[in-house]
Amino acid sequence: MAKRIDIVDLDIYYSKFLAVEGVNLSVEPRSVTAFIGPSGCGKSTVLRTLNRMHEVIPGAYAKGKVLLDGEDIYASDVDPVNVRRTIGMVFQRPNPFPTMSIYDNVIAGLKLESSRKLKKSDLDDVVEKSLRSANLWEEVKHRLPRPGSGLSGGQQQRLCIARAIAVEPEVLLMDEPCSALDPISTLAIEDLIEQLKDNYTIVIVTHNMQQAGRVSDTTGFFNLAGVGQPGRLVEMGPTDKIFSNPSEKSTEDYVSGRFG
Amino acid sequence: MSTTTPQQAAVTDPDLHSTLTGGKLPRWAPYAAAAAALLLAWLANAFTSVDGVAGTLIVAALLYLVLQTGWSFAVEGRRHAIDRLATTLVYTTFLVALAPLASVLISVVARGITVFNWEFLTSSMRNVSPRSPGGGALHAMIGTIEQVGIATIIAVPIGIMAAIYLVEYGGGPLAKWVSFFVDVMTGVPSIVAGLFVFTGLVLTFGLGRSGFAAAISLVILMIPVIIRTTEEMLKIVPNDLREASYALGVPKWKTILRIVLPTASAGIITGVMLAVARVSGETAPLLLTTFLSQSINWNPITGPQASLPTFVWDQIGSGTDASINRAWAGAMLLILFVVVLYVAAKLVARRFKIDAR
Repeated sequence: MAKRIDIVDLDIYYSKFLAVEGVNLSVEPRSVTAFIGPSGCGKSTVLRTLNRMHEVIPGAYAKGKVLLDGEDIYASDVDPVNVRRTIGMVFQRPNPFPTMSIYDNVIAGLKLESSRKLKKSDLDDVVEKSLRSANLWEEVKHRLPRPGSGLSGGQQQRLCIARAIAVEPEVLLMDEPCSALDPISTLAIEDLIEQLKDNYTIVIVTHNMQQAGRVSDTTGFFNLAGVGQPGRLVEMGPTDKIFSNPSEKSTEDYVSGRFG
Repeated sequence: MSTTTPQQAAVTDPDLHSTLTGGKLPRWAPYAAAAAALLLAWLANAFTSVDGVAGTLIVAALLYLVLQTGWSFAVEGRRHAIDRLATTLVYTTFLVALAPLASVLISVVARGITVFNWEFLTSSMRNVSPRSPGGGALHAMIGTIEQVGIATIIAVPIGIMAAIYLVEYGGGPLAKWVSFFVDVMTGVPSIVAGLFVFTGLVLTFGLGRSGFAAAISLVILMIPVIIRTTEEMLKIVPNDLREASYALGVPKWKTILRIVLPTASAGIITGVMLAVARVSGETAPLLLTTFLSQSINWNPITGPQASLPTFVWDQIGSGTDASINRAWAGAMLLILFVVVLYVAAKLVARRFKIDAR
């Protein structure tokens, strides 16, 4: 498990609008990579191209290569559905399926993606394992048949993480997973990211620079070249270096809070 | 720096009255105003040309509005008076909207119940003359159940799938045209649907008048209603859920089938029920496509078939006391039919929801 990602000359469009230009970066396996930058600079857009969720938006497409262990996920014979099975995603707002119980939410991916019938005992194991990995098992083990929407925001987000890892992806993408959560829940998710790093490649978009500093090994700073111009990757490097001694002036201004 | 302790500030000045309290009408004020309005309206009824119960009530309602608002304005001030006026108007319009519904239900039940008995439910009008009492609507009930049933079976899949196309797949010019024609079809008068089936199927293809032809005309009326309501329900399913499903590697068709449709199921079922209720009472297209029958015809493919709306129409047309009573009972049966279907659909919809204790 856990694969590396290399992005080569990626241009991302919304219809005719070039949103992000010329991204080149690498994500090491079993590491946490954070994307930071001001609003609208395209960091979430880049994240969504990594599992081909970008093209779900009508008119949106990307040019360039995204290599998953050397294999281009934008090659013409690649099925985006298979890409998404390999690269899971957690969204900004917790979005458990409202018609399903906690139990069914966790196994939703397994049940919906595969046609084969899974044994009840296997499913029970998957549910327990995934919920334990998401640090949620103790809180919900007595109410698995209840609806997932009855949980608190932080619990719902951990449920969504459990749902994402139940299908055993190689890479986990997180799009501002804590921005709708309180500090306690945020801490729980950050601890979780620290643990998940052992098995997964994690890419996280965050507005919170302290969070990027706390959880990530590598940080990429995105910025707009100017008003009305496409976003681009300004600088990427070890998190310590980006926060203490960045090579670009705009990175330093951003991480020190002088703008953004 | 001078220190002002809270105690000093709290010293009350008898001349300065609080800005937090104001005049307030007693709790019984609305009842008193209502009683006064009724009394005045009754007096007006007794001494002027205002006549009858309805007139008295309307005068009383208007007087109540004036009395209460004026009283409130004098005691409580402008804002409270407007608040009371608006509240009263909202309640009044609600009652006005409810009145015809209650009136229809009460008169249908009151007049229908007289002949609504076991015989009415278990016999047809075969060999019953319009003048004589007795007979029943079994033949019409069978016809309505078959025609509406066939129409539902055909229209629901088409309607729901068309709505799925419009919301989940459409976007190009074809979707715009489909959407446009759905709007046009929503406005098609029911008799036009009947004529279409009559000229198209009954005459041209020689299908003959039958329950099936009637069902097809009902399908034409049902489809736009189902498409519109389903479309609205699918649109309010949050996009987050679709994305969450895609991100798990679930294909689009399965996402629609297992995530989007169940989330919207309650609304879709309500929409289908609205469509069923609408066509259950259609009379004009049935007269053209299956006409009337006084006897039981189980076969929807051949021969005229009765139905509840045409039964009511036929019995009213006969014009005798016995037949008019039967017409009311038929109308009552039709309402019961729709109510039973609605309750059943709600019970089915509940199965899609998970226990939310």
